[in-house]
Amino acid sequence: MREFTELCLSTAKRLGCAYADIRIIRREQQSLALKSGNVESIANGLDAGFGVRVLKNGAWGFASSRTLTGRKVEEITALAVRIAEASARVKERDVVLEPLPKVEAYLPADCRIDPFHVPLEEKIQFLTQVDDKVRAVPGVTISRATLDFWKERKIFASSEGSFIEQHKVESGGGLEAYAVGENDMQIRSFPNSMGGNVRALGYEFIATLGLLENAERIGQEAVSLLTAKPCPSGEIDIILDSSQLGLQIHESCGHPTELDRVLGTEASYAGTSFMMPDLLGKLQYGSKHVTIYADATIPGGLGTFAYDDEGFPAQSADLVKEGLKEGLFVSYLTSRETAAALGLKNSAAMRADGWGRMPIIRMTNISIRPGTIPFEELIADTEHGLYLITNKSWSIDDKRLNFQFGTEIAYEIEGGKLGAPVKNATYTGMTPQFWNSCDAVADENSWFLWGLTNCGKGQPPQSMHVGHGASPARFRNVQVGVKK
Amino acid sequence: MKRDEILSILKQALAASQADQAEAVLTVQDEQLTRFANSIIHQNTSQEDATLTVRLVVDQRIGIATTNRLDPEEVVKTVRLAAEIARLSPKNSEFKSLPGPQAILPAPAGAYVGRTARYSPEERAEGVAKLVGKLKGHPVKASGAFSTSVYKLGVVNSLGVEAYTEATRASLSTVLLSPTSAGYADRHGTSAAAIDVEAVAEEALERTLRAQDPQLTEVKEMEAVFLPYAVAEMLDYLGYMGLGALSYQEKRSFMSDAMGQPVAAEGISIWDDGLHPEGWIVPFDFEGQPKEKVALIENGVAMGVVYDSFTANLEGKRSTGHALPQPNGFGPLPLNMVMAPGNATIEEMIADTEDGVLVTRLWYVRPVHPKLTLITGMTRDGTFKIDHGRITAPLCNLRFTSSILGALKEAQLIGFERKLQAGFFGGNLVPALKVRAFTFNGQTTY
Repeated sequence: MREFTELCLSTAKRLGCAYADIRIIRREQQSLALKSGNVESIANGLDAGFGVRVLKNGAWGFASSRTLTGRKVEEITALAVRIAEASARVKERDVVLEPLPKVEAYLPADCRIDPFHVPLEEKIQFLTQVDDKVRAVPGVTISRATLDFWKERKIFASSEGSFIEQHKVESGGGLEAYAVGENDMQIRSFPNSMGGNVRALGYEFIATLGLLENAERIGQEAVSLLTAKPCPSGEIDIILDSSQLGLQIHESCGHPTELDRVLGTEASYAGTSFMMPDLLGKLQYGSKHVTIYADATIPGGLGTFAYDDEGFPAQSADLVKEGLKEGLFVSYLTSRETAAALGLKNSAAMRADGWGRMPIIRMTNISIRPGTIPFEELIADTEHGLYLITNKSWSIDDKRLNFQFGTEIAYEIEGGKLGAPVKNATYTGMTPQFWNSCDAVADENSWFLWGLTNCGKGQPPQSMHVGHGASPARFRNVQVGVKK
Repeated sequence: MKRDEILSILKQALAASQADQAEAVLTVQDEQLTRFANSIIHQNTSQEDATLTVRLVVDQRIGIATTNRLDPEEVVKTVRLAAEIARLSPKNSEFKSLPGPQAILPAPAGAYVGRTARYSPEERAEGVAKLVGKLKGHPVKASGAFSTSVYKLGVVNSLGVEAYTEATRASLSTVLLSPTSAGYADRHGTSAAAIDVEAVAEEALERTLRAQDPQLTEVKEMEAVFLPYAVAEMLDYLGYMGLGALSYQEKRSFMSDAMGQPVAAEGISIWDDGLHPEGWIVPFDFEGQPKEKVALIENGVAMGVVYDSFTANLEGKRSTGHALPQPNGFGPLPLNMVMAPGNATIEEMIADTEDGVLVTRLWYVRPVHPKLTLITGMTRDGTFKIDHGRITAPLCNLRFTSSILGALKEAQLIGFERKLQAGFFGGNLVPALKVRAFTFNGQTTY
C-alpha cells in the first residue's frame, strides 16, 4: 500500500499543499437476522476505498474513491486539491493544526476468535435457538435474534511522515420480543435495544451476551407490558439502568463536549452546544457523584483505537471531574484544528465513517465512573420511584439541554423494593439540572460497557460506533410521563 | 460509469449464478458536498462509490452479498459468497419468488440534468459566497451545505427484470445564527442551477432576524401552524411507522386496524408517487418494479400501504414498487409522499389562530408509541407565538409529545403551495398545515 500513500502525498506536495493525509480502508461486514422462525436476512458485505484530505491555501479539501489504482490516486488527490482551492475562496483565516510528531505503527485487532472464520451454520443454529426460545413464550407475536460482525483494516499516512496500520474486529448481537394488542404494541430487547450490544472483540464476545439465558424472560416481559400500568405523570425519583444511563451520557455529555459543535461547525445539522468555552472550568455540570470521562483505550470499547483518523495517539481524560471541584465541566473532545483554536491539548477524537468521509470530532468511549453503593442497596434506599430499563426513544434539543427519553419497561419502586411493571415510561429534563440531581451511582459490580453503532452526525451523514460505560444511577425529582 | 457498463456488470453476476433465482442490483453514486459554518467553507468533500448487491434463491433459501469492487473476479466471488450463504441458510417458508418483469415508464425529462452532474467545486463555492454575501450588515453567521449528486441504479434478475435509471440531485440548506436566534431555509431539486441561492438566504435571514430574543411561554396543548419543513418530517415518520406493508401485516401499524376507516381530517389526502413531476422522480424500486402511485390516505380515509414483492406475495398482491435495498429489515416504505394541497396561505393560517405557535422545523423526532403514531421532538430554527391572529413574539424552542395522526385529524387549514423536502431516502412534496391541537410539553432556554 506504500506505493499508493507515497503517490498521494508526493502529488499533494507537488500541487502545493501544506498538509495531506490519505486513509485506505477495507471493511467487511456480516449480518444475520432471524425473525419469527424465518430468516429475515443473512448478508456479507465488502466496502473498500480511499480518502484524501489536503490543506491548500489555508483551507480543507477532501476527495475519495472506491477504485484503488495509481492513476485514480493521482486523480483523486488532484481533485482534493482543487476542492481545497475552492474552499479557500470563502474563508476568514488559515487553518492551523496542533503539532504532531511522526508515527510509524502496526496495530493488530483485539480478537481471539475471528467471527468471519466461524462457520455460518454455527451462527444460524445459535440464532435459531434464541429466536425459538423468545417465540415459545405465549403472547409473543414477533421474535427476532441478530448477530453483527465487522472487520476493518485501516492505513493512515500523512505528509508529516506518519504511517499507521490499524486492524479492528467488532462483534455483537441481541434479541427482541414484540407483543401486539389492540391499539398497543410493546417491545422488549436484550441486552440493549438497537441491535443488542457490540464490542471491539471477536466471536468470543457472543457467548458472554446471555441471549439464550434471557430469551424467555424478555419474551414474558414484552407480553406483561400489554396489561401493565401506564407511566404516571409527575416528579419522582428515578433510577436509570446501565444501558439507559449510557445513552443519557451519550446525548447530554458526549455530544455537547464535541468542540466542533461548540465552535459552530455542526450548526447546520447536528446543532451547537450549551457547553461554551466561557463555561470551561466553571460550569457545575453535575453533582459530586458525577465524573464523566472520555477514554479511547478501554479494551473492547467501540470507541477504542490506538490512533485517531489524524494519526494522533489515543487519549483518556475527564470531561466532568471530581477532585478539584466535583461535577465540574473541565474538557472537550477535540481535533488538531479545534484544540489549536482554543489552545487546548488535543484529546484525539477525529474519526471518519469509512474511506469516503472526512474525519470529524466523534465520541470515543464516554463513561461515568462507578460510585460506591451496591445496586441492590440503591434500590433498597429508594422509598418511592421508578426504575427505567432499556431505551425506546431518545430526543434532545440542538444545544443538548432539553431532553426526553423513553424506556421499554420500568418498574415501580415502593419502600425500597421493585414492584409492578410500568409501560410507555418517559422522563424529561434539562441537562445540568438533571445531572445535578444525581445523588448516587452504583458501584463497579454493576458497571457495564455498551457499544452503540448508530451515532449520526455530519453532512454528508456519518454513522459512528462509540462506547459508553455506566452503572445504574439515581436522580431525584425528575419529571416522568407527559405533563399536559 | 455508463448505462451499458452497469448492465454488463449486472449480467456478469447473473451469468455466474447457478441458483434457482438470482437478482443483481448496482447503485452508482457520485456525491459532492460543500459545507459551510461561521460563514466560511470548512468541509468540502467528494465521493465516488458503487455497490453491487447480489441476492440468490435456492429452494426458498436466500443469500445476500454486497461489494463495491466491481472487477470481474470480485463480481464472481460475490455471487459465490451469496450462493454459499443461500446453501447454508434455513428455508424462508414465507418466500414465494422474486418478481417478474413489469413495464416501467421512462423517467420524465428533467430527472437527470447534465449541468448538475458536472457542477464544479468552484460553482458550489460561488453559491456559498453569494449566500454569505447576502448577509452583509446583519448580525448573523451562515452554516449549511450545498450538495450536487449523481445516482445511477440498475436492476436485473433471472426472471427477466432489466431496469436502469439515472438522476441528479441538488440541495442547498442553511441555518443562520444570530447571537440569540436561528433561522432555516432550504431548496431541493434535480438542477443545481435552478436553486435560488438568494431566495434561500433571504428566507432564512428574515426568519433569523424575526426570531431574535425569544421568550419562554406556557407549554400546553395548543393550535399550531406547521411550515412544509415540519410537515415533511411528520410524513416521514408516519411512513416509517405505519405506511409500509410489513408493519401493516405484523399489526405494528396504525393502519392494521384502520383500513377503510377515517384516520384524518377530510381534506387530508396522501399518496406515494415516485413519478410526480414536482417530486424526486424514481421510476422503479430496488427490485426493478415500477413505482405505482399508491393512495395511502384519501379524503381522510385509510386507503392502503406500499408493498415490495415479499409482502405482496404474502397477500397474493402485486408489488407496488417500494422495495428498499437488501438486506432490509424494514420492509417496503413510501419514500416519495405527496400531500394534496388546500387553499390557504400561511398568512391565513396565522390569522385563523387564536392562541398557538408557528413552527418552522422539527428536530430530533423519535417515535414514542409507533402504533399510536406518538412522537416526541423539538421545534427549531424559528418558533413564534401567535396570539389573536398575529405573530406576537419569537419563542424558545418547544418540546412536543403528540400524535401525527392526531395532528392530521385536527387539520383545519391546508396550504395551497407545496414544497419538495428531502426525506429519509427520497423526498416529500407537502403543503403547510394548521392544526387545532398539538401537545407541547416542554421548552428549552433559547
